[in-house]
Amino acid sequence: METSTAIHSHDPHGPHGHGGHEEHHAPGFWRTYVFSTDHKMIGIQYGITGLCFLFFGFCLMMVMRWQLAYPGQALPFIGKLLANVVRNDGMNAGGVPGVMTADFYNSLGAMHGTIMVFLGIVPVAFAAFGNYVVPLQIGAPDMTFPKINMASFHSFWVGGLIMLVSFFCPTGPAKSGWTSYSPLADLADQSTNVIFNGQTLWILGMVFLITSSLLGAVNFVTTIIQLRAPGMTWMRMPFFCWVQLITAFILLLAFPPLEAASFMQLMDRVFGTSFFLPHGVTLNSHLVNVAGGGSPLLWQHLFWFLAHPEVYVLILPGLGIIAEVLTNNTRRPMWGYKAAVFAALGIGFLSFIVWAHHMYLTGMGAAVSTFFQTTTILISVPSVIILTCLLLSLWGGSIRFTVPMLFATAFLPEFGIGGLTGIPLAFNSTDLYLHDTYYIIAHFHYIVAPGTIFAIFAGVYYWYPKASGRMMNEFWGKVHFWGTMVCMNIVFFPMFLQGMAGMHRRGFDGGATYDLNKPVIHWNTTISHAAWTMGAFQLIFIFNFFWSMKFGKKVGNNPWNSTTLEWSAPSPPPHGNFLEPVAIYRGPYEYSVPGHPVDFIPQCDPQGPRTDAGAHGH
Amino acid sequence: MEIPYTVSARPDTGLYNAKIGIWLFLASEVMLFGGLFSAYVFLRIGAQPGYWPHGLLNVPVGTFNTAVLIASSVTVVLAWASLKMRQFAQYKIWMGITILCGLLFLIVKLTYEWPAKFHHFGVFIKKEALAKYEPYLGNNYLEAKMLPHRVEITGDIEDEAALKDDTAKTYVFKAIDAVNAEPTNPESDRPTFLPRPLVEKKVVIDKADVDYASMFYPRHSAYFSAYFLITGLHGLHVLGGLIVFTYFWLPVGANLYKRNPEHLANRIEVAGLFWHFVDLVWIFVFPLFYLL
Amino acid sequence: MENEHTHAPDHDTAHHVNKHVKGYLMVGGLLLFCTALTVFLSYVNFGTQKANIVVAMAVATFKAGCVAAIFMHLKSEKWTIYRFLLITAIFATGLFLLTAFAMSDPISLNF
Repeated sequence: METSTAIHSHDPHGPHGHGGHEEHHAPGFWRTYVFSTDHKMIGIQYGITGLCFLFFGFCLMMVMRWQLAYPGQALPFIGKLLANVVRNDGMNAGGVPGVMTADFYNSLGAMHGTIMVFLGIVPVAFAAFGNYVVPLQIGAPDMTFPKINMASFHSFWVGGLIMLVSFFCPTGPAKSGWTSYSPLADLADQSTNVIFNGQTLWILGMVFLITSSLLGAVNFVTTIIQLRAPGMTWMRMPFFCWVQLITAFILLLAFPPLEAASFMQLMDRVFGTSFFLPHGVTLNSHLVNVAGGGSPLLWQHLFWFLAHPEVYVLILPGLGIIAEVLTNNTRRPMWGYKAAVFAALGIGFLSFIVWAHHMYLTGMGAAVSTFFQTTTILISVPSVIILTCLLLSLWGGSIRFTVPMLFATAFLPEFGIGGLTGIPLAFNSTDLYLHDTYYIIAHFHYIVAPGTIFAIFAGVYYWYPKASGRMMNEFWGKVHFWGTMVCMNIVFFPMFLQGMAGMHRRGFDGGATYDLNKPVIHWNTTISHAAWTMGAFQLIFIFNFFWSMKFGKKVGNNPWNSTTLEWSAPSPPPHGNFLEPVAIYRGPYEYSVPGHPVDFIPQCDPQGPRTDAGAHGH
Repeated sequence: MEIPYTVSARPDTGLYNAKIGIWLFLASEVMLFGGLFSAYVFLRIGAQPGYWPHGLLNVPVGTFNTAVLIASSVTVVLAWASLKMRQFAQYKIWMGITILCGLLFLIVKLTYEWPAKFHHFGVFIKKEALAKYEPYLGNNYLEAKMLPHRVEITGDIEDEAALKDDTAKTYVFKAIDAVNAEPTNPESDRPTFLPRPLVEKKVVIDKADVDYASMFYPRHSAYFSAYFLITGLHGLHVLGGLIVFTYFWLPVGANLYKRNPEHLANRIEVAGLFWHFVDLVWIFVFPLFYLL
Repeated sequence: MENEHTHAPDHDTAHHVNKHVKGYLMVGGLLLFCTALTVFLSYVNFGTQKANIVVAMAVATFKAGCVAAIFMHLKSEKWTIYRFLLITAIFATGLFLLTAFAMSDPISLNF
């Protein structure tokens, strides 16, 4: 039952009715949908583009899984199509249409990782949700720099386009892993064209993506610092905004060294420099004609300096979304809001000094290994604190299992599995065995897939009514959830077993070459079938997403009876978001306040008790 | 509703939006150039003896460029001060000088410094063959003086095609640098402030004795790779700054000044902060590459 | 821009800025002098290569400090900005020092 949140109710004159202080005619198609500077439109642009890339990256994986389940066999139907489309005979091994080459398998792996991380998760979890929701949640009319926001989106899709174009190079796309290690990445895809080859285009694409993230990060931080509405103190800010702030800082400071390294790798490839090539490198038994004197380890340090904080970029926005959905669907405040905020800050800081745990096998000595093992184990503490706060936030709640809540609840144990399986990896002794095995793949996928991607789904189902004024279909949402949930675990849990047996993560043949894989190789077919089934369930989501835009149940401002500020604006909010200036009177999760007639009090409602903290303190 | 604090400061932070924005951006730039300078250090420490050259850059020209950039830093802050004092004509003068200084910096770099390097040539001699080229390297003399050995002969190549031509058995210098022409002259012990003229002398090097040969392109050595990357990226930043300054120097600036002079002053302050950072980077680039 | 005033806030008035103009010129001159000094000192032998590097970096750091403190107004900036720069300095230093640490401590047979 909605209380009077009609302070900023929908103006019958539409988006132009804001006080009439300026006359402007409606902007045309291009200014509205392509070159918009409105954070909501940019958020939607990021969201749809990012979701498309997520699906494309997923499809790449589904093709890979065929090779793993049935190595050397032709992929039916689609295989023949791909044989004609894929360059460099990637799907035409030995002249047999539909059979994958090892090179193409490596390309699929490299591009799956790159696309999912940089073109999927970051644009959706950080940029899309952040752009759409953060200004609304803090009571701002827009981001501080709308034009830079637009530039950030355009830089993003250009980077993505370059990545896609790389599929059509004669050499095929990049195939040196998403980690692009030198010397292989320096020397791969030797081509008469120094620019138009997969590996070089990968670097160019990354430069655009990094630029996009940097521009976005500047916007997020400035907006959150400067544009919080009166009364929105730091400790009254929704947890989602806190994590977006920290994520923006991480992107801002961690990406540039990779940008520097990317320029260096680009120069190695295009100008024949040797930033990452030592003396005496040979390619196909010939000495490579370069000066040498470079260091492959230098690439690894600069890469992982970004890539480790990057994984926190991937999870933090997800944790924020879960916090929002959990509090809303348990009808009680977040447990330990302050602890979670400080833990998130701790994660943000520590994430910069743990990176070499990805490099335990590069010959680092005992002293430096000890340092990184220590910091890595330390960073598990704030992560556990946040998860514990979220878990405890269920206690005593009036839980309603809406579709977002299903995803949010599932997130908790799945993220728990992902996080806890990281503990053996923090120690170089156990990592010695597990490094580069399927255990690693299972570990990080548990965090990103039934972790962040579940959070993304939760966020989409949750904020869809705000952005469109309609609800997604609940029944099909639940079908989507259960199908995805079950399949997700069938896909990734066996990978722990495969990894512990020692199965290498990059085996093109599914591990058939090595006897040690024999006991676990049978899982490949199970995993593949589960992955393809999971793909089918995503079609339900895609259909629901577009169908509901036209036929979903219409709703008002606050269909979820939520307390945070975005639900006090119209659905969808007009340009400028709030028709009148907003003021904040209490914390973000004032649900079930004792004595209050309704089980929630919006942050901006002048009636009702005023509080300082976000949580009552349980 | 307009976006607040675009010109006036937010009370609790005391800052307007663009100032926070630019400092955040500069923080990321510190990480970018920090990564590059770190790479420089590791490459230099890891270089084989003799493979990290010294004295190959023109110090007087580099000093001149440094002075030009410093001057432009002064003039841009004076331009901002003029706007704060509402002296628009003065602003145009100071900003104009800033732009000219920046252009001069780029012109010197792109029309003189870099091309001069591209036309120069060097060969790194294999360890086994060093003795054969002693007349040009002077390692016995250097050994006695406890100075680092030389492994490179540099100068003007007679025919650049020899680099790509696999049938050519030699590299032929038509002139060599003074250091190689007089390797035992004490003048050659350390780089000199004024560049010494090339000595016209035909020197033939057998390709079999050469470890690596290259024009002074980025591929020549880790040193030149780092030099061209860092000065190139720095140059791009100079260009970016100049574009922004020019934009505000044109009538666009005058229009904004008429509408809201404080807003223009803020924008020039923010652009100026970027420019100062660019100057700051150069303050480190200059000694690291030209002098040390 | 209804609520934006077009004149400068109190502590940044024209009069206040005017006082600084002379300072900018003097610092500019100082920087040019330091540039000449750096060049001159680079031809002075301080014993080891390390010492030469330390001297050159000391002068460069001083020059950079002048540009940052006076031209970039960092001397009298707000704490928000100081916080950004502090975190940045920590991470930039961390990047360099930890990488140097890793590169200088290779694995060996003797622990």
